[in-house]
Amino acid sequence: MKWESMPKSAERLETKELTISMGPQHPATHGVLRLVLVLDGETVVKCTPYVGYLHRGIEKLAEHMTYLNAIPLTDRLDYISSMANNEGYCLAVERLFGIEAPERAKYIRTMVAEMSRISSHILWLGTHALDIGAMTVFLYSFREREWILDLFEMLCGARLTTTYVRIGGVRNDVSQEFLDSLYKFTEEFPSRIAEYETLIDQNRIWLKRTRCIGVIEADEAVNWGLTGPTLRGSGIPYDVRKYAPYDAYDKVEFDVPVGKHGDVYDRYRCRMQELRQSNRIIKQCIEKLPRGPIMAPEASKVSLPPKDNVLKDMESMIHHFVLITKGPIAAPEGEIYSAVEAPKGELGFYIVSDGTGRPYRMRVRSPSFVHASVIPRLCEGSLVADVIANIGTIDIVLGECDR
Amino acid sequence: MILDSTTALVEAEEGVKVIPAANTIITTIDKLVNWGRVSSVWPMTFGLACCAIEMMTTGSAHYDLDRLGVIFRGSPRQSDVVILAGTVSKKMVPVIRTVYDQMPEPRYVIAMGSCACSGGIFDTYSTVQGADTFLPVDVYIPGCPPRPEAFIQGIIKLQEKIKAEYFRWSRWR
Amino acid sequence: MEPTRLSQAIAEALKERYPEEVKEIREFRGQVSVVVKKERIREIMEYLHDTPELCLHYLRDICGVDYLGKKENRFEVVYQLFSISHRHMVRLRAEVSEDDPTIDSVTGIWDGANWHERECYDMFGIRFSGHPDLRRILMPEDWEGYPLRKDYPLKSDLGEKEWKGLKKVLELAEKNKIYEMGEHAKER
Repeated sequence: MKWESMPKSAERLETKELTISMGPQHPATHGVLRLVLVLDGETVVKCTPYVGYLHRGIEKLAEHMTYLNAIPLTDRLDYISSMANNEGYCLAVERLFGIEAPERAKYIRTMVAEMSRISSHILWLGTHALDIGAMTVFLYSFREREWILDLFEMLCGARLTTTYVRIGGVRNDVSQEFLDSLYKFTEEFPSRIAEYETLIDQNRIWLKRTRCIGVIEADEAVNWGLTGPTLRGSGIPYDVRKYAPYDAYDKVEFDVPVGKHGDVYDRYRCRMQELRQSNRIIKQCIEKLPRGPIMAPEASKVSLPPKDNVLKDMESMIHHFVLITKGPIAAPEGEIYSAVEAPKGELGFYIVSDGTGRPYRMRVRSPSFVHASVIPRLCEGSLVADVIANIGTIDIVLGECDR
Repeated sequence: MILDSTTALVEAEEGVKVIPAANTIITTIDKLVNWGRVSSVWPMTFGLACCAIEMMTTGSAHYDLDRLGVIFRGSPRQSDVVILAGTVSKKMVPVIRTVYDQMPEPRYVIAMGSCACSGGIFDTYSTVQGADTFLPVDVYIPGCPPRPEAFIQGIIKLQEKIKAEYFRWSRWR
Repeated sequence: MEPTRLSQAIAEALKERYPEEVKEIREFRGQVSVVVKKERIREIMEYLHDTPELCLHYLRDICGVDYLGKKENRFEVVYQLFSISHRHMVRLRAEVSEDDPTIDSVTGIWDGANWHERECYDMFGIRFSGHPDLRRILMPEDWEGYPLRKDYPLKSDLGEKEWKGLKKVLELAEKNKIYEMGEHAKER
């Protein structure tokens, strides 16, 4: 039968929109994110994100714990870069109490925060490329991540959920072996970044899948409340490290990479440049590390005294006992909002204190929560394959989004 | 000769009668089938929280999981084991149970991390205190998060459990 | 963090413009917070957003706080605003009472306020009038109760008030266990 003589039943075909659930269990949703997509063929007509599948009640749990006990809870917010979360929380509590960490502790904190930024961006690169299809980048990038996790283990004993940064300083001092190994890392890392770029930067498929996808203009991005590389890809140079410097960021030199078009490719370039800048910061911190104590003397009303003193001295033992059972009872009444530049964006803590040793309200302003709300705006009108690229580019972690 | 001419039942213990020499056939086939199952344990990707990152790390270049025969499958219909890595929240429970019910037998469950074993530090209104309240768990891997070596030990424990199975390959089990 | 002088100036300008709405101006550790009444919150927000000298374009965060027993108005909705071009910030605290837990929504001014307000409703039960899609976001849709209120229990075992979805799965899991393991199930 010839094609021309066949009945033209295709004109009487009805098409309907298909509703699918890109459910909480999916290899490409970076955690338990659920997207309900209404599709017309391959185009997304409507996209509704559902979050809350990892809600653990961290904010309510923190109201029942002392200021010190709540530090491990903050580890598990953005579990990929736990040092940055600890730093954010400890900075907020220090500002509430009016304590400042000593110089050496500030440089160490800057160093570990940048290391966790590198670690987070590397994992982002690996999973983003894996979702889009470039699997080799995943295996290459985890090689560097293992190096950083080994360094964390050398420093404080834990690979992922470190509770190293404490209120008033850090937990223990860095050893010379750690600094030597870290310096060697900073020497070799730029060549590794060049390796990743060789794999995908000029790749035709990568460019086709990331250029002009998920474009968001600068004014709209600020209106949505985006921060971090997601905002800087659209051209706004807002970085908490430059606007309100904390720790040792005003003493080291670094640039803040900013994109132009606001698409997936620009945000990718921003994060790759940030890897180089973080490397630069770590190198300067190692070279400029001053001698001195690692815990502020006035932090004794908040943080635990050193263990040797506790075992020998009566006063330290009483301090230790009271701090563990009741918390820092000399807490002032008031409220504070303090933000740091986490790898994902601006991580803010709003703490209300009522004079007891437990925070009255601890609110975590998580960048992933805000970024997840912008998914419908990016995905509606694009293809299904672009949904995956968009989820990858805004870099969400559900632990932080749901708390 | 393995095959004996007597087909009458023989009393092995008090109250138990067996066909003589049947055990030799069953255990040989058991060893073969279990060896096949042990060397290709295919888990389903069910990473929930922080432990999922350690699971990914164990699967990547440094601590390779592919040498143990472990390939992560995306669909429950094609996997042997579901590894629950991370905190199980109450909102997620119906989803996990639906996915577990879709897996064909023989299926196993590994609870990885303190939160999946018993709730961990999150004893709050929105978390379930352990995955074993609604799923039959085979192997518990404690740790927060467990090291990649501990995770590999958990998989090896599951392999030992599978190796010790008896007569699970036939219709009359 | 940022200099108090700029934030204090914003608070003074706000008090001049809306003298009846502003109840109190507080300063702690260099940060200024303004306690306002909830009635004209939308106008206040539009004023802060549109005035070129203030230019508070970036809404950092909206959250709720429960002052059970400590204050006359039980809830407070706290808005953190920041200006990227002028580098100043201010915090607004709108008082919401328990008898009438409603307040106007600011989603018309900032798109990013949408999810923050949904979370505030989910956790505290404060309704935002004018919100396009006010439903629960972190808890399941048919959850009862508002978790972050001070009189809500913390622990996992909610007893009779357990979520229906969980109870259903636990019952089915019990039945399945008896089916799979037969008489041995009761030994577990």
